[in-house]
Amino acid sequence: MDLSDLAQANFDAQPYWDATAKGEFVVARCTTCGEAHHYPRAVCPFCRAETVTFEPASGKGEIYSLAITRMPDKPLRVVAYVTLAEGPTMMTKIIDAPDDVAIGDPVRVDFQTHPEGLTVPVFRLDRN
Amino acid sequence: MSAAYIMGAYEHPTRKAEGISVAQLHMQSAAGALADAGLSFDDVDGYFCAGDAPGLGPMSMLEYMNLDVHHFDSTDSGGSAYLVHVAHAAQAIASGKCNVALITLAGRPRAAGMKSAKMPPAPTPDTPFEAPYSPSVVEMYGMVAARHMHEFGTTREQLAWIKVAASHHAQHNEHAMLRKVVTVEDVVNSPLVSAPLHRLDCCVVSDGGGALVMTSESVAKSLARPLVKLRGAGEAVGHANGGRVDLTTSAANVSGPRAFAEAGITPGDIKYASIYDSFTITVLVALEDLGFCEKGKGGAFVADGNLISGQGKLPFNTDGGGLCNNHPSNRGGMTKVIEAVRQLRGEAHPAVQVQNCDLALAHGTGGSLATRHGSATVILERL
Ligand SMILES: [Zn+2]
Repeated sequence: MDLSDLAQANFDAQPYWDATAKGEFVVARCTTCGEAHHYPRAVCPFCRAETVTFEPASGKGEIYSLAITRMPDKPLRVVAYVTLAEGPTMMTKIIDAPDDVAIGDPVRVDFQTHPEGLTVPVFRLDRN
Repeated sequence: MSAAYIMGAYEHPTRKAEGISVAQLHMQSAAGALADAGLSFDDVDGYFCAGDAPGLGPMSMLEYMNLDVHHFDSTDSGGSAYLVHVAHAAQAIASGKCNVALITLAGRPRAAGMKSAKMPPAPTPDTPFEAPYSPSVVEMYGMVAARHMHEFGTTREQLAWIKVAASHHAQHNEHAMLRKVVTVEDVVNSPLVSAPLHRLDCCVVSDGGGALVMTSESVAKSLARPLVKLRGAGEAVGHANGGRVDLTTSAANVSGPRAFAEAGITPGDIKYASIYDSFTITVLVALEDLGFCEKGKGGAFVADGNLISGQGKLPFNTDGGGLCNNHPSNRGGMTKVIEAVRQLRGEAHPAVQVQNCDLALAHGTGGSLATRHGSATVILERL
């Protein structure tokens, strides 16, 4: 099962993947309790209502934590958790990161298409 | 509730299982624990195993060992599963479901050529939101360490003290993979794997196994071994909570207090602690959540040899732990219980044996602290 199959098998979040495929970023929000959540699912994890909608997100956030892997002659590999302006914190990658990338850095969303077909949100620094 | 006792404990001596299958390792470990207790396979009427056992739940191993049981449980919470099994076996014994419970673990990731535990792409709802970033286990625990450093000022040197203490203990263990005593400088000067974690912040990868035999009080009192009683237990799962991620707190803050409440004691009463040590940061977070020190003060607590037997206030992982001795099948929970039993029996290496060790704690952190993890705590008493 490749990543695209996995995303399709868990079709709760299909609108999220439909958006990323178009280069758009959405967050899941419950219209009953008003809370945003991640990862997106059909049932709100906070009030358990099946009233989850997908709304356009700002694409802005801040690095909550990160792990930096340095390999010779390769760009920094940075796996991170980013806290979105809309509230939820999500696992992601920071791309084109400078050597001093750190917790608290502001970031904005970008997209990468995985070799297995799924287009996923990644983030890059947005220090200005 | 009637009591349950750990009467048999056995750690397989191998660290590289060439020519021994996983099922055979399970069975050799079982035989060792049963012999330790003074029991035989025919006495076993309850069996517990987790995902390292080949086959669906307990069935393939029951067939391989040709056992006939009337109670089984294959709860899997990663490396902490065996501590959950200790608690569940005690509950089964207390309710009369079985009298002699066997718990086994085994694996051979070294001989099989697997470098470390990788996240298999399972069709779970969370996978599409994590697997595309292919986080390694070191990266995930690195994120926990980075956040702890950011929030509380924890330093790499403080984390290093955890490895230093483990190495002080491992020098006395003839089976340990890493027996060389290391310094704080050795740890922080070892190669960075994923910043902030260095190579020596990581546990070993080893083959091997282990097993426990738990019995009812009447069986326990018929045996010649010291009585090690389960006095309290707690289990809990931690996860990303719908995106309200808190990387610096683990579910040990639930499993620990529940175990202490059931035992009717406090962290200050514990003479010896086995703390799950997949990485140095795993130990630090657990010590805080279990209540051995305040949240955020773990760095100061572990520094200056406070975890070294004979020197510090809380002797930990006196077999060398996963950091230096053994982390069979990438699951360290079984060996945590086994060393706690050795300490309570007075059978640890004399150089690391805690004097008058009557109360011990063993704690496991399975899965990944950075995503989903199962915390399990047991408090054991020598009668
Ligand atoms: Zn809701």
